[in-house]
Amino acid sequence: MAILTLTIDDQPVSGTETETLLEVARQHGIEIPTLCHLDGLTDVGACRLCLVEIEGASRLQPACTTRLQEGMVVRTNTERLQRYRRTIVEMLASEGNHHCAVCVSNNHCELQDLAYTVGLQYVRVPYLYPAKTLDATHKDFVIDRDRCILCSRCVRVCHEVEGAHTWDIAGRGIGCEIISDLKQPWGQSTTCTSCGKCVLVCPTGALFEKGATVAEMEKRTEFLRYIVNARQRREWNPDLLHEE
Amino acid sequence: MTVEELHELADRERERQAGVRHRVLYCSAAGCVSCGSHATRDAFKAAFTRRGLTESEVVGTGCMGLCGQGPLVKIHDDGVLYERVDAGLAHRIVDEHLVEGRPVAEHQLDAASPFFASQVKIVLENCGRIDATRIEEYIAVGGYEALARAVAELKPQEVVEEVRKSGLRGRGGAGYPTGLKWDIARKAPAEQKYVICNADEGDPGAFMDRSVLEGDPHRVLEGMAIAGYAIGASQGYIYVRAEYPLAIERLKLAIRQAERHGVLGSRIFESGFHFRIDLRIGAGAFVCGEETALIRSIQGRRGRPQPRPPYPSERGLFGAPTVINNVETLANIAPILRHGSAWFAALGTPRSPGTKVFALAGKIRRTGLIEVPMGIPLRRIIFEIGGGTPEGTEFKAAQTGGPSGGCIPAEHLDLPVDYEALATVGSIMGSGGLIVMDSTSNMVDVARFFMEFSRDESCGKCAPCRVGTVHMHDLLRKIARGRATADDVALLEELCETVKETSLCGLGQSAPNPVLSTLRFFRAEYDALLGPVEVFTPSNPLARGRGPGGS
Repeated sequence: MAILTLTIDDQPVSGTETETLLEVARQHGIEIPTLCHLDGLTDVGACRLCLVEIEGASRLQPACTTRLQEGMVVRTNTERLQRYRRTIVEMLASEGNHHCAVCVSNNHCELQDLAYTVGLQYVRVPYLYPAKTLDATHKDFVIDRDRCILCSRCVRVCHEVEGAHTWDIAGRGIGCEIISDLKQPWGQSTTCTSCGKCVLVCPTGALFEKGATVAEMEKRTEFLRYIVNARQRREWNPDLLHEE
Repeated sequence: MTVEELHELADRERERQAGVRHRVLYCSAAGCVSCGSHATRDAFKAAFTRRGLTESEVVGTGCMGLCGQGPLVKIHDDGVLYERVDAGLAHRIVDEHLVEGRPVAEHQLDAASPFFASQVKIVLENCGRIDATRIEEYIAVGGYEALARAVAELKPQEVVEEVRKSGLRGRGGAGYPTGLKWDIARKAPAEQKYVICNADEGDPGAFMDRSVLEGDPHRVLEGMAIAGYAIGASQGYIYVRAEYPLAIERLKLAIRQAERHGVLGSRIFESGFHFRIDLRIGAGAFVCGEETALIRSIQGRRGRPQPRPPYPSERGLFGAPTVINNVETLANIAPILRHGSAWFAALGTPRSPGTKVFALAGKIRRTGLIEVPMGIPLRRIIFEIGGGTPEGTEFKAAQTGGPSGGCIPAEHLDLPVDYEALATVGSIMGSGGLIVMDSTSNMVDVARFFMEFSRDESCGKCAPCRVGTVHMHDLLRKIARGRATADDVALLEELCETVKETSLCGLGQSAPNPVLSTLRFFRAEYDALLGPVEVFTPSNPLARGRGPGGS
């Protein structure tokens, strides 16, 4: 496979043509903010936070879905991009009912971290205070749609990794919401395996374990890479287990 | 069917038509049907029986153009066109015009008037001329000749080359060169490829594609089959919205007839080329007109856009290379092959050859469907063809491109209508909706209307469009109600920029256009609605000297 060289933020970097700008940037210690991206899941380019400037391209491109090309000149952190990122996080903050002080994920929340990163100190648009629902019918977990930012990580992990496809999105535009099965209560879902992957990958406190109270819900996402790698490399051959 | 059989069929149909004593064509497109053209048809039939004119026929055709004056009727014998033909008038026309030879002058339309004389018809050449429900009539006017010639005489590469040389650009709005798109798909190595016809026309006030599908469906099928031959596809899909029941009915019938006559299906014109077309009915989401969302919808999935690249011509429907063209683009294909690319390239302007169909609507005297050469000044469309704004009002702006376009003010009326010129004033060609506004229209309200539309049609996938359109709409409403300040307008402008630059698909990227263009040309209307910016001034004179409120 050909090795390509390019420039990201004036740094010469290299990678292969199957890699994305985001992967290569992170390998070289260049941080690009993301929200819908998660290592191990298919990228959808939905949150628009990882948009970067590419010389010669007419539009900004999401780093998570853009493949490397020889000689690309990329800028990831210009004044303009910073401004757009702040406005997008501002949009997300105004869209839900986010009350950090009483949230299970306080101090462990990717949205909260992002707000600090992009320097969002004040929301200029009116909060929308949408009427969202909470579903605590599952025996172990709760979904509080007030805190959902529609990144669709739960939908993708359930479909791609667990293979259950319990979660999906209903409605459109501002009325979109995450639903289980055909909009039944989560506890009545016949497809859910209660594996808990969706809870672990949720960037906010929208999905959490029962019993967690304020600031207690810490998420882990590293497990995803192990599972996906092991599956792709067929390390889960039953014969290997018996050899030991 | 062979090419000889095609010609025989055409001759037979022409002879049959020549043998008919009186042929009365009535418009059976949705516009005229809704104002009673079926009653008109029945009245003509009754009048023929009454007068004993048994060897005469009444034929339902596609749109005749002047939709505001329906039902329209054309006497095929001498080409006289009548407006507002109700049942009573139908009887009069038969008695006075057909029997006694005196046309009914007060309802007669002048074919030399600018509305008709300024138009150049390629896409609409058969609309209002043939019966859309009979393949024989399409074949009699040269239909399927282009497909026959392509399959028999040209290599796929030569077909692509002919389309490329014609300079045809996508009529869905963005204006991407059609030949280039086909070439990429043709060169893509794959067993299976697809052709998709995008008939998910959704701009408010636009009805060009519907009129073509209702009035001349075979033209679109022929264009698709030629595209299939050119890129090496054996399957085509027409994605048409469920709100167009008549178009769906006519397409179904047309596909059945084409298959029965062997111009679609297996071994087309006795060659090794197979091509089938199936319909997919959209459920009314505007975003499904965006090609990647449309493809997902055909696959039975949620109609949400995907980041491009990869473009559909490399990886599209079911992962296969896919050419996706708009109805009007495909309707131009057969004429290009029939008359040659040089003929087409000579029409319109060098960078935007050919014609464009527009749906004229809004505050204009003659609403309807028109086809004009590219590069015609906007002034001629609105004042010559459309007859200007109603009595006592003045022209203010023309809106093109629907919720993705902008408003063009009077000072730019001499702008030639082509892709580049419209972009310079912050609008787009769009699919062909042209809404005229006069002095009674409120431009802030126009911007608010289109933003409401974009908000309701946002799919919700990407954050800037999903949330940004809500806030932009709320700000516009606040301005319209006179409760906003200059700060709100500044915030609105910033949101416009962010949503335009960061949204995932064309819907979000172009949603701010109506706001940006009205702000650019009609800022005074916004300013007139603004209240003063309130600044807190402390009552204590000592405090006044220091803070930002002091002088």
